[in-house]
Order: sequence, then C-alpha cells, then structure tokens
Amino acid sequence: MSAVTEPTAARPPSRSWRLQIDMPVVMAFGCVLLLLLVGALYSPKFLSPEYLLQQLKVGAFLGIIATGMMFVILIGQIDLSIPWTVTVGGTIAAFVAAYGTTGEIFAIPVGVLCGVVLGLVNGFAVAYLRVPSMIITLAVNSVAQGLLIAMSGGFAPQDTASPAMRYLATGMLVPYVPNAVLVWAVTGIIAMFILGRTTFGRAIYGIGNKESAAYLSGVPTQRVIVGAFALCGGLAAFGGTLLAGYAGMAAPAMGDTYLLPAIAAVVLGGTSILGGRGNYLGTVAGTILITLLTSILTVMQIAEFARQIIYGTVIVIMLLLYGRAPKVRG
Amino acid sequence: MGWRYWVNENRGTLLALAIFLAMFALYIANHPAGFTPNVLQTAANKGVLLALVAIAQTFVVLTAGIDLSIGMMMIMSSCLASHIVAGSPAMTTVGVAGVLGAGALAGALNGAIVIFGRLQPIVATIATGAIFFGIALILRPIPGTSPELNSALADAMLGKVFGLVPSSAVVLAAIILLVWIPFRRSVIGRTTYAAGSSEVAAYMSGMPVRRAKFLAYVMSGVFAALAGLYLTFFTYSGAASLTNANTYTLYSIAAVVLGGVSLFGGRGSAIGAIFGALAFRSIGDLLFVFDLDPLLQPLFQGVVLMIAVTIGSARLFQVRNRLEFFS
Repeated sequence: MSAVTEPTAARPPSRSWRLQIDMPVVMAFGCVLLLLLVGALYSPKFLSPEYLLQQLKVGAFLGIIATGMMFVILIGQIDLSIPWTVTVGGTIAAFVAAYGTTGEIFAIPVGVLCGVVLGLVNGFAVAYLRVPSMIITLAVNSVAQGLLIAMSGGFAPQDTASPAMRYLATGMLVPYVPNAVLVWAVTGIIAMFILGRTTFGRAIYGIGNKESAAYLSGVPTQRVIVGAFALCGGLAAFGGTLLAGYAGMAAPAMGDTYLLPAIAAVVLGGTSILGGRGNYLGTVAGTILITLLTSILTVMQIAEFARQIIYGTVIVIMLLLYGRAPKVRG
Repeated sequence: MGWRYWVNENRGTLLALAIFLAMFALYIANHPAGFTPNVLQTAANKGVLLALVAIAQTFVVLTAGIDLSIGMMMIMSSCLASHIVAGSPAMTTVGVAGVLGAGALAGALNGAIVIFGRLQPIVATIATGAIFFGIALILRPIPGTSPELNSALADAMLGKVFGLVPSSAVVLAAIILLVWIPFRRSVIGRTTYAAGSSEVAAYMSGMPVRRAKFLAYVMSGVFAALAGLYLTFFTYSGAASLTNANTYTLYSIAAVVLGGVSLFGGRGSAIGAIFGALAFRSIGDLLFVFDLDPLLQPLFQGVVLMIAVTIGSARLFQVRNRLEFFS
C-alpha cells in the first residue's frame, strides 16, 4: 500500500481485508468444481447444461432461504425458526390465493409479510429483551407451528399454489433458464448490494464483530438486529411460497428439511458462525455445494445411510480445511 | 450470609423446581385418579427421556457450547440397543455397556472435532449428527427389534420400585447423587463451569480446560445413549426416525433453558435441567387434563418458552450503563 492516505469514509473496506475473506469463497467454489469432476468421472451427464440448470433450480429455494440466514449469522445470531417460517409462508400464500383474483394478487405479499412478522418477533426479543436468539427462535418456531395447526386443524383448508407462485417457481421467462434461478439471482444481487453498499450492510458486519463498538460508533444496533431478523423471516417465507409453487401445493412441515442445510450453506461459504465475517458469494457457493452433493449422491444411487455419513463427513472435512477458529490462548 | 449466596447461585435451578412443582400440582389436582403411584409412574416415564437428553445438553452448554447431535446420538443408540440389549442377563449387561460405550465414542468424536479441530460446536455437531443418523440407518434400515430383546429389563426400568416409587425417577435421582454431585465437586466439574464463564481465564489459572470440555462432550454422548436405551425400553424396538431425532435435540435446548442453564455457559445445573425437562413435558399433560386439543401442544410449548426467557430479561432493569446491555 502506498504511503499516501486518502479519506476513507466513503470507501469499501480495505483491499487486504477483502482478499482475506475471499479465500474461503475460492475454496468453496473449488470444492464445487471438484464435486463436478468426481460426478463427471461417474457419468458425463453431470456436466450437461440441462443437469446443471436443474440443480440451480432446485438450489434456488435453499439459496433464497440461506440468504436470509446469512444476514442473521453475520450479526452473530442464529435463526432456528426457519422450518415453520417457510411452511407459514407457503401455506398462508396458498390459503390467501383461494380468495379470487384479489387473493391471487396478494398471495405472495401476504405470505412474505407473515414471515416478516415472525422475524420481527425474533428480532425484537433478541435486540430489546436480549434473549439468546437460539432459544427465542426455537420458541417462535413452535408458536408458528401451533398457530398454523390451530388455524387449519391439522390440514390446510386450501393448499393449492396460485398461478403466480407456480410461474415464479417453475416458469421460464428466459428460454432454458428456470424462473426460480432468476429470482435467486435477483435476490442475491440485492443482498450483495445491501451488504456491500449500504450503511445497513456495514452495520451488520459491525454488530457481528463487536456490538458494543458498533453502538458506540453511533450505529442504531437494535434496529439493525430487528431488520436482519425481519429480512431473514421474509426471505424464508418467500422461499416457502416458491416451494409451494414448485410442488403445486403447500404441505405441513415442508420447511423441516431446510434449517440445517441453510446453516451449512452459509457456513461452508466461509461466513463465520460467530458473525462479522463473510462474503455473499460464499453463500452462493455453499448452496450449490450442498445441492450438488445431495443430487450427485442420489443419482449415484448411494444408499441413504451412506449419503448421510458422506454428507456429514464432507462438511466436517471442508470446515477443517478452512473454517477453523484461531487458537484461543492468552 | 452463606445461604443468600447459595440462593443467588442456584436461582435458575430453584425457579425450574418451582415452575415444575406448580405445573405438576395443577396436573395432579385436575387428574381424575389423583396422586397415586400409577399416575406418578406414568408421569415419570413420560419425563425421563427428555430429562436424560436435557442432562446430556447441560454438560455441553455449561462449557458455552451446544450439541445439536444429541437427538441423533439418542436415535443411533436406540437402534443399537434394539440389537444388542438382548438375551441372557450377562449378554444384556454387555449390550447395555456397548450402547453406553457407543454413546461415549460419539460424544468423543464431537469433542475431538470441537476441541482439536477448533470448529464451532454448533456447526460441527450438525455435521456429526448426519453421520450418527447414517449409522442409525445402517443399524435399522426399517424399524424393528431383536426377537430376544430383554423385555424383563425394559419392564423393570419402566416399572416401580417396591410397588411405590417409579424406577425412572430412581434412575434420575441416582444420576444426580452418583454422577452429577461428584462431578460438580471435582476439579473437572469446576473447570467445566470456569471454561464456560471465561475460557481464557480458566486456562490462565492452570485448569485442565481441554480435558473438561472433552469430558463434557463425552458425557453428553453417554447420557444421550442412556436416553436412547430408554427409548428402546419404551417402544421395544429401534427406529431411525429423523423427526424424533430433531425433536429431541430441540427439546433438549428448551429444557435446559427452562431449567435455568445459561446458553452463554458457566451457569446452571443438571438438577435444574431435569426439572426444566419435567416442566416442559408437563405442558402436554396439562392440555390433556384441561381437555384441550393435543394439536395445540407446540403452541403452548412455544408460549411457555417465550415467557420463561422473557422473565430472564428482567435483569435488564438493573442495567445502569447502556454498555452493560451488550455483555
């Protein structure tokens, strides 16, 4: 670096810091390539554009949910309410869609709004009541499940997805590219903009590094935390509406399989689970990695038990490669 | 003034005990049969599974860690138990030892990855959980049981001692007296608490931090295995159920929090966790005696958790400086 110092107030973080966090992203994408290579040795079909686009489409739902999770993990918290927030989003959207044209127009917004409300409850408890996020999100998950079941009596009154939901999840605006992938791309670009170019994004990294320092620097930390949780809830519910559109209907417990993969995708992408460090591209890589790993193991017709063991082992090994904490001594 | 210090130190445990007693009294008062050994036996048997996973979670949470693989270890042990806890008394003894040993090994794997691999416990145990579940699937691809499963032992563990006291309650009491209290008073036990409060300070004071943390994960595995053993006693079979595994993992966290164990580490006790688990388990019973829809159980569980953690935030009224807010 040169000796000439410029005013850095409006600048993005320094170059050296950027290179430092990019390392895990490179590693994660490297692992994706390695995985494809292993797959290609088994069958060249794994490199065909159709297969890859199909994987991106399947991964889009996880990608959108993991985007929200990343915001929460970046502030050093965790959101365990993902499963039922996803389900609430999909179910409520399908429920609203039953009410004529107005219902169809408002289906997705209302579904997402429900997720935002759940996120607001999480965020309020974490930011203002200082409740550990792990426990309040667990409670909110349980309450969301209970409310949804109480509302529907155990099964959805109307669970068919609206045409708009189906179009977003399965249609093709651009030839060959499923809309779900486009939606994921747009979500991702917005997330990158928020994280890299706005004060809100900067505040998120600041809070993740040291909340008290961010507070003393004039960051409205409590509002930012609430915002991060609301964003996470909204994106999870949005993912739920897309999932309902993809399957054609909302199903109870449809979000159950998304919690742990979402956390894994974020962490495999190099975001520190302690917060404050992470690059959005890493989350994209982590999502693709998890989706590909699942798909390749399925296509290879590896038995379920071996799939689970390989899945766990790969995550541990990858984290040992680049996710280790510094030595805590002294 | 010793007792005031003691009360302050054990506030979480005492609160958990009070909550449990209140809920259980309400349950008994409204139960048609009233306070009989049989009602007590049913209640103890329903609570013991959750109490055991809560004890397992306590050890790790005290070190400021978290174990998200507890449910998977429990299911894995249950599948193993459905194979080897069978045959003659001698064979059964070996089988029980094998199940607990497998739990200890699983816990040791978690401990090794967290301590020597320096991974965050939350992600490390998510990954190892998948491995344990894979092993459970090898053991029981479809739910089943050994034809020679030792049902005499199962009945004894779920029955009553002298026709009066539920055996599962005796087991929990024995764990407190023979495992927890000696542990709490040992150097390793104190180190576990110290490591949870401040790992660096504990290390600087020359305490065996690594050994204590490792032991915490091993204990977590052993108690998860004991819970798995009990699960097999209940169902007379082993089933690799992902839903059960996830439910018990999440319930174990809820139970330790209700039991006054701090998720930030260093505060709380297994005794509190047991009462937290029993209280959490009573929610379903209360719905039953008040004739409410059992489908509402998750709603009430969530609300009770919310109230419990919100009570904890009353300490914010004592904050004199805004900066204390962040610690």
